[in-house]
Amino acid sequence: MMIAVAVIATLLLAAAALLAVVRLERGPSMLDRTIAFDVLTTALVGAIAVEAALSRRTELVPILVVLSMVGFVGSVTIARFAAVEPPKDGAPGSRSTPRRRRGRAGGVGVEPDGRREASPDALARTALEAAPGGEARSGGEARSGGEPRSAGGAETDADAATPAVTEGRETP
Amino acid sequence: MISDVMTVVTDVLAGLCLLLGAFFSFSAGMGVVRFDNLLARLHVVAKPQVLGLLLLLAGVALRLQDRGAASMLVLVMLFQMLTSPVAAHMVGRAGLRTGKVDPAHVRSADEPEETADTATPRTDTGA
Repeated sequence: MMIAVAVIATLLLAAAALLAVVRLERGPSMLDRTIAFDVLTTALVGAIAVEAALSRRTELVPILVVLSMVGFVGSVTIARFAAVEPPKDGAPGSRSTPRRRRGRAGGVGVEPDGRREASPDALARTALEAAPGGEARSGGEARSGGEPRSAGGAETDADAATPAVTEGRETP
Repeated sequence: MISDVMTVVTDVLAGLCLLLGAFFSFSAGMGVVRFDNLLARLHVVAKPQVLGLLLLLAGVALRLQDRGAASMLVLVMLFQMLTSPVAAHMVGRAGLRTGKVDPAHVRSADEPEETADTATPRTDTGA
């Protein structure tokens, strides 16, 4: 009975890993690939767990500990250093994120620093950004400092293209 | 005699846990391929997959009947339950900041209600 269970579970896990590889290849952005990689890692953990259960091998259990840690560190690292990618296939919402809309509705210019001073919610957000301490702090600060500037540049381009539409949508 | 019966019972339970866990992992893989935006895929990684992994680990612990291995497996479960929301949060925040999440899909708690045309969910790149 245990062999049948193991065969079925292994087939399901292999199908999950295969689907994750499909998304890993296809995923439009880096974050989609991160998610698919997470699924792949978990399928691997599951396969090792099935093997450990089938042959009652206790020494495989530390491998599960290590693999689950590796999956977490990998996805957090990639998410930490995610950058604005050049728009290839019309990524959704690449022109206006909500906080940028709110900053513009407050009547502040395109300058990212002025926007940050203007809205208290953005202030809270930057305080949240600065929260993680230690080594990741410098990288996070550098990235959060650099990211709105490039995004702001993209937005000025969008504004030059369609000024009337954005203004009409954002003033209530 | 009694121990034999106990072994059979725990083995059957372990088999059920393994099958269910493998099924949830498979559904996570299916969702990662089928869903069409980043947040939906994030949901599938954050919830059904963790449940599947917990069931698989519980099946292993039931099958192994070993105290050291069981404690280590409980450690893995706790670690997974602590880190998976953090990872999903980080990925979702990075997606929102770099413009990979459609703003029509998200609404923060301190933001006023969206109007009807922006609140309609749009299908994006995907497929």
